[in-house]
Amino acid sequence: MSAAYYEFKPHNIGRWILWSLFALVLLVAPLVFTSSLSQTLLSQMGIAIIVCLSYNMLLGQGGMLSFGHAVYSGLGAFLAMHTLNLVSKNGFPLPVSLVPIAGGVASMLFAVVFGWVTTKKAATPFAMITLGIGELVWASSLMFPEFFGGEGGINGNRVAGPARFGITFGPQIQLYYLIAVYTFACTALMFAFTRTPLGRMLNAVRDNPERVEFVGYDTQKVRYIAFIIAAFFAGISGGLAALNFEIVTSEVVGGQRSGAYLLFTFLGGATFFFGPIIGGILMVLAFVLLSEFTKAWLLYLGLVFLFMVMYAPGGIASLIMMNLRVAAFGRLKELWVSYLALAFTAFIALLGAASMIEMVYHLKLNAALGPQLHFLGMTLDAKGVNSWFGCVFVMLTGIGLFEVTRRHFLHQWGEIQEYIELEMKRRQNL
Amino acid sequence: MEFFTISLLNGISYGLLLFMLSSGLTLIFSMMGVLNFAHASFYMLGAYFAYSTTQLVGFWPALFVAPLLVAVLGAAFEKYCLRRVHKFGHVPELLITFGLSFIILEMVQLIWGTSSVDYRVPALLDGPLFKIYGTAFPAYRAFMMFVAILMLIAIWLLLTRTRIGLVIQAALTHPDTVEALGHNVPRVFMLVFGGGAALAGLAGVIGGNAFVTEPGMAATVGSVIFVVVVVGGMGSLSGAFVASLLIGVIQTFAVGIDSSLMGAASSAGLDITPQTFGYALWKLKISQIAPILPYMFLVLVLIFRPKGLLGTREG
Repeated sequence: MSAAYYEFKPHNIGRWILWSLFALVLLVAPLVFTSSLSQTLLSQMGIAIIVCLSYNMLLGQGGMLSFGHAVYSGLGAFLAMHTLNLVSKNGFPLPVSLVPIAGGVASMLFAVVFGWVTTKKAATPFAMITLGIGELVWASSLMFPEFFGGEGGINGNRVAGPARFGITFGPQIQLYYLIAVYTFACTALMFAFTRTPLGRMLNAVRDNPERVEFVGYDTQKVRYIAFIIAAFFAGISGGLAALNFEIVTSEVVGGQRSGAYLLFTFLGGATFFFGPIIGGILMVLAFVLLSEFTKAWLLYLGLVFLFMVMYAPGGIASLIMMNLRVAAFGRLKELWVSYLALAFTAFIALLGAASMIEMVYHLKLNAALGPQLHFLGMTLDAKGVNSWFGCVFVMLTGIGLFEVTRRHFLHQWGEIQEYIELEMKRRQNL
Repeated sequence: MEFFTISLLNGISYGLLLFMLSSGLTLIFSMMGVLNFAHASFYMLGAYFAYSTTQLVGFWPALFVAPLLVAVLGAAFEKYCLRRVHKFGHVPELLITFGLSFIILEMVQLIWGTSSVDYRVPALLDGPLFKIYGTAFPAYRAFMMFVAILMLIAIWLLLTRTRIGLVIQAALTHPDTVEALGHNVPRVFMLVFGGGAALAGLAGVIGGNAFVTEPGMAATVGSVIFVVVVVGGMGSLSGAFVASLLIGVIQTFAVGIDSSLMGAASSAGLDITPQTFGYALWKLKISQIAPILPYMFLVLVLIFRPKGLLGTREG
């Protein structure tokens, strides 16, 4: 049988290179960063990437703002942990490497039940209903200690069942490679999903539900199926987290966790497929490193989020793509002086502001340690006028200089965008 | 009978507090189409402002000063942040209020500390109003109910009987026409947002000392008021009123009932032992499931009446 029409399908070389690079990074990362801290970080990043991508299936591709995504990753984690305990205690014949899939399937079943109610509505009511369901599950998690383990959670041991090819998943590096394989496979599958007719319909449902309805599709059904698929991947990430930490507590289904997924998927960039990958990496860095570095990390996070929503609603991914476009037209090199100046002035403003925030936190939390604190190699006196005056001065100088460079940059940026638009029109007419 | 009357009174007073909270949210949502995620944070701010003001000048001035301060903050947030993202659509509008809730929580912890503050009921209202069946009904609860009802009447009169209400309602549906008539629509929105925040602040002043004033207080009511708004019907003020009373009463009653399915089954002659399938479900007491009742209510309403109790439009 021959095709009814001839279709020219060249190999998309750029895409092949990108995916090979992604695989290479996953493969090489633990060889470059060899400390045990970085291995833990890398493992958590893989888990976060999967869950952020699955969240973006709802937010970025379906326009569904969910406040309860942790329900699915969390329940997946619990079910995976119970499966793992079945394997280790009752000798259930399932390889440990497939336990995350059990978590994914379990989440999918939960999504079949909960999703039917949640996807009845779209947009704002959807957000509120997912919030309600999230609260429901979180409250139940404390109500059924037999299943959720109460406050202490449930734990297990990932070295279970017969070792295949000498892999026990005892050492972190073996688990990292398992997570890396899952991360690559899930990312590829989720990308493939965006190319399926269902994935395209989902985008249409996001952009123009009335029209989709008019063409004859059931928008609710499209959202429902996408919701179930997203829950499957969230469950896999939950299962991997269960293997990674070997303990699951009820906070994995809590609203805070859902909020974090939302926040970082958005920061990474919900409008591009690769945005949530950046978001997942940032999430681990923020939760593990930033929280070690400063007590005020939630405040910084909230402020960064606020500014991103106001000035770059496409997230970091959109900033990257805008600059790639400028680079494609060969005008990025004009901007680097401006970028340098912007970064430098922003750094000065931030330095002043951060010093003040740190001093306030110090006064509030470590008052017993005396007014002195060390911040970025400086010694600040939280009760002294000099320190405060210095910080205000540094911050105001930074803001003033930043404003000047920002105006200059905006002018330059606008000019380049105008040039690109004209150039694109010119090339079209050729 | 004793249990019934007291629970009903307590339920209604809790429901009225919920209404004070959700009315501001409903107002903002129905006027501007913005789902304010930081609404419960404004409630918390109201309580903390009232605590500080009470320390300085006493409770009665605080009753007016704290909501006013919250209103100023809300209006400033609308003017400098929310208005900027309006052109990006609904999701960024929701997200920016979500970010604000983080910042307010951190700020509150920074200024007032992480443990609860000693914000008390004023001496004048600290005592029983009357006794029924030997149980004292606190005067402060009556005061709460009084303020909530006063607020309901005031909002209703303002929206339906005054020129300002007319402009506000018209600005929602026909912003261009209202603008052409010479009204400043962005300023109307700013005032509506500030007003909604003030209502939340007032609820904070009243609720902060009836319950506990602590950094977690926004999270405890945050999701319940969303349930109220969905159950009542998005953007319907009367729906919010009915839903908040219903939820308040249901939850208060549930907390007081100590029976479980197991008890019901054994009185019907069934024997439930720890070996029975689903024992964890059978032995749950109604008082234990009280916290999830509003959410179960939400799910039921969605299944049987998706537009909410008194809602007029499908969301």
